[in-house]
Amino acid sequence: MSRHPAMGRLLDRDRPLSFTFDGKSYRGYQGDTLASALMANNIRVLGRSFKYHRPRGIFGAGSEDPSALVQLRTAGRTEPNIRATQVELYDGLVAHSQNNWPSLDWDLGAVLGLASKFLPAGFYYKTFMWPAKFWPHYERLIRNMAGMGRSAETPDPDRYEKRHAHCDVLVIGGGPTGRAAALAAAKDGSDVWLVDENAHIEELDGVTVMARTTAFGKYDDSLYGLLERTGDHLAAPKDDAPRQILWLLRAGRMILASGAIERPLLFANNDRPGIMLAGAAARFLADYGVCPGKRAVIVTNNDSAYAVAQTLIDGGIDIAAIIDQRHLTTRREIAGCEILHNHGVIDTAGRRGLTRVTVAPLDVNGDAVPQSERLLDCDLLCVAGGFTPSVHLYSQAGGKLTFRDDIQTMVPHGEVGGITVVGAANGELDGGVGEPLNLSLGRAKQFIDLQNDVTAADVELAAREGYQSVEHLKRYTTLGMGTDQGKTSNLNGIAVLAGALDKPQADVGITTYRAPYTPVTIGALAGREVGTFLTPTRRTPLQEWHEDNGAVFVPAGLWRRPHYYPRPGETMADAVNREVLAVRQNVAIVDVSTLGRIDLHGGDVAEFLNRVYINGFKTLDIGMCRYGVMLRDDGMIFDDGTVARMGDGHYIMTTTTANAGPVMAHLEYYLQVVWPDLDVHLTSITDQWSVVAVAGPQSRALLESLDSDMEFANQALPFMAWRAGQIGGITAQVFRISFSGELAYEIAVPADHGHALWEMLLAAGEDLGIIPYGTEALTTLRTEKGHFVMGPEADGRASADDMGLGGMLSAKKDFIGKRSLRLPALEPEGRPNLVGLIPKDGKTAIPPGAIMVDRETPGPGMEKAGHVATSVFSASLGKPIATAMVTNGRQRHGETLWAHSPVDGRVVPVEVTDPVFIDPKGERLRA
Amino acid sequence: MILITCPHCGPRQESEFTYGGDGANARPAAPEDVDDAAWIDYLHLRDNHKGPHDELWQHVQGCRRWLQVRRDVVTHQVISCHVLSADIADLADSADMVEGER
Ligand SMILES: [Zn+2]
Repeated sequence: MSRHPAMGRLLDRDRPLSFTFDGKSYRGYQGDTLASALMANNIRVLGRSFKYHRPRGIFGAGSEDPSALVQLRTAGRTEPNIRATQVELYDGLVAHSQNNWPSLDWDLGAVLGLASKFLPAGFYYKTFMWPAKFWPHYERLIRNMAGMGRSAETPDPDRYEKRHAHCDVLVIGGGPTGRAAALAAAKDGSDVWLVDENAHIEELDGVTVMARTTAFGKYDDSLYGLLERTGDHLAAPKDDAPRQILWLLRAGRMILASGAIERPLLFANNDRPGIMLAGAAARFLADYGVCPGKRAVIVTNNDSAYAVAQTLIDGGIDIAAIIDQRHLTTRREIAGCEILHNHGVIDTAGRRGLTRVTVAPLDVNGDAVPQSERLLDCDLLCVAGGFTPSVHLYSQAGGKLTFRDDIQTMVPHGEVGGITVVGAANGELDGGVGEPLNLSLGRAKQFIDLQNDVTAADVELAAREGYQSVEHLKRYTTLGMGTDQGKTSNLNGIAVLAGALDKPQADVGITTYRAPYTPVTIGALAGREVGTFLTPTRRTPLQEWHEDNGAVFVPAGLWRRPHYYPRPGETMADAVNREVLAVRQNVAIVDVSTLGRIDLHGGDVAEFLNRVYINGFKTLDIGMCRYGVMLRDDGMIFDDGTVARMGDGHYIMTTTTANAGPVMAHLEYYLQVVWPDLDVHLTSITDQWSVVAVAGPQSRALLESLDSDMEFANQALPFMAWRAGQIGGITAQVFRISFSGELAYEIAVPADHGHALWEMLLAAGEDLGIIPYGTEALTTLRTEKGHFVMGPEADGRASADDMGLGGMLSAKKDFIGKRSLRLPALEPEGRPNLVGLIPKDGKTAIPPGAIMVDRETPGPGMEKAGHVATSVFSASLGKPIATAMVTNGRQRHGETLWAHSPVDGRVVPVEVTDPVFIDPKGERLRA
Repeated sequence: MILITCPHCGPRQESEFTYGGDGANARPAAPEDVDDAAWIDYLHLRDNHKGPHDELWQHVQGCRRWLQVRRDVVTHQVISCHVLSADIADLADSADMVEGER
């Protein structure tokens, strides 16, 4: 291990740690990063690059590093593309190299590197275009070749939290500038937060200091996204602690003190392991006491490299030479160090890490003087190309950047509300001001983006091919689109583009900075919203009964409704057929508590209902119900349901389950915005009631057997009437309405009594053979009866007349959507109509979603007549039936069409019929 | 995540609201009296402004009021927000409420 005995301010040498990399054991210290520990163990190659599979090592020392990416941890905790420079070492850490096969040393993909002249910018776009049907194959191939790490295949065992907070001042960056700014801001008692992505940030009096916390995004209205890594530095989070916390912080003011990132230089083969940013090399030595090499060459275009050289010398590293590209009048000297002014590095060598660099003197144009190269043996090449301010969050906030020629970089320009950029982030770069980037050093493979393998030649090619805007260039070459988001590459890419276009760099612009600054885990973004917490589940008062009694559930909005109740050994079809026949022949009950219920009070409710439904409501008497259809203003069906008049100025409306929320908002819109003069008050009462539908020819007998003060005979409670009373001591409202087409009642009781009512009905109906039924039987029953529902038939493109409800459209009044009925598109001729379908052979199931065509074999000139909406097996009729929307369908009963399934290719000849298959005169429901 | 200052409830996150369309798109008072072109314009045609834009939002997870919000669609800044259909007295009341909460 090559550690300096005295340097390494962050190391705790009394706490040695062990870890593995690619299965081999190594030692490090508390305070190390994975990168510094690997470096101390002389590991230089950490992985392979994305496109050419070239060896990649450690290039930076923090979040700017583009290439030291590893697969970290194992099983459910494993994460790909983790930057080794940001991983704090812990005992037992497990890491693997990625993007290599079969091994890091012998990588077959590196053959691509040899063939790299065949992989220019846009290679994938140009190559894998034709034939289109091969694309899935190409995509698999590309993903296998270009994949980085692997995601976990088992659930993450850790917990992630989200927290919301407010503060007066947020300071981003815990360097001297940020700390001074935080202290100054806290003087007046302001609530000041200081965040820094690094682990070692000292506390400050009166300031909330958060280490290991990255401010990754600036969002609207002073909202900042912070990722606090509370457990990443441990093998597993401590008891009860989350792994990471996503903070959503609203800050009155933000001070951006995020510093600046060192900029690489361009020369041939500038990507070998052993080549790194000069400041990073110094940091490895000073912070971790690890020597990034034994013999170094430093190449620079600014003064910052001289301090680095001194640090390396102090650390015992032999300096082969300092190569200063500048043509200076006053020359710098460092004792015992050869300084080659007006020279540049033009090439490097070393198959699995740097062994040698080629340097040459530069002429007045900055070009290497031919035939004057010199070879220098070294295992470390420090590059110092000046600094780029870290203005990401300022730019995300909409801040404009301007290119300053004097410091050769982009700096904030102009005010953005609530944000102050200070220090190096604002362009105060002290000695780190580089000269314009020299673009002419070496011919082959000047890498700009080390992660995505974008070279200067790629940028020049893209410019020649017309990708001359920085945004186009970025997408075409993938420059800066890796997990490092181009922290070290964007500015150099723009410099090369400017050179190719022969434009000043200031005129080329810069790509938009977008959140996140560094990658944010999906776990942190999800927080606790996983599994059943992803969305709330709405439960009816009977949910527990359904669960205890073997219901199979189906999602319906936020509800989970019983789909059917299979008995042991029954298939779904068996159960549904049994439930359907129970309703048609006997009696059965269904939980309909999920239907929306809206209570309407006020002097103008009847007028309001008249305006929102297509049919009239002014003549609805107390004690009666009426079915109604609502349209949107464009004339399409929006919802349907029943309204019961409870008293003077008091009505209860039901909506479909899925539309309960939208109908409420729709009614509120018209009352608040369009007709504010109407006296109507709305209250959602869905949750207050438990509602059970009792259906079947025996349903009256069942109700009459109960202890109740109500009469259920036809005279006392006719079809579409309702009565209030009590059943078995429970206050109840009984509505004589039917969805199944059978004699039926809906009984509404206060929610807390729903379970008691349900059990009472089951007990009383035992001798009658009562059973519960689910939504699949409900679908079959209503399809047999020719009722449309929102979704399959009324899919937002269907009018009332399309459904055969033209007769309901009132001519006496205006209503929402009425004006649209006069538009040419709503002319009845050529509209799709609701029809029924039966298979010609009487037994073949009709494919759901099938396209209706006028012939068996599709071909030119065929008519696309419509589509299948709902397809069921009718247990009552003993054959498959379906509903469909068919052009001019009402005039086509008896016609034969073919249902073509686009999914499985089945073709079924069907006869178009009336949609009502059972009891067209409605005698059963009035029985 | 923009903040909308509801006159009833104070500053609240965007996630409590739903967007309800173009606030400048008034429904014709007498639909039967307008011609097809005017009705289609109301149904389907919207201007796409760059800059301040009037829009409707409903505070669905708060007071459920429909609100007229003026918002800069370039900067996302909410310029103003008031209760629709409210007369002057209502507005004064709601302003008092917000004031009272502070
Ligand atoms: Zn509100």
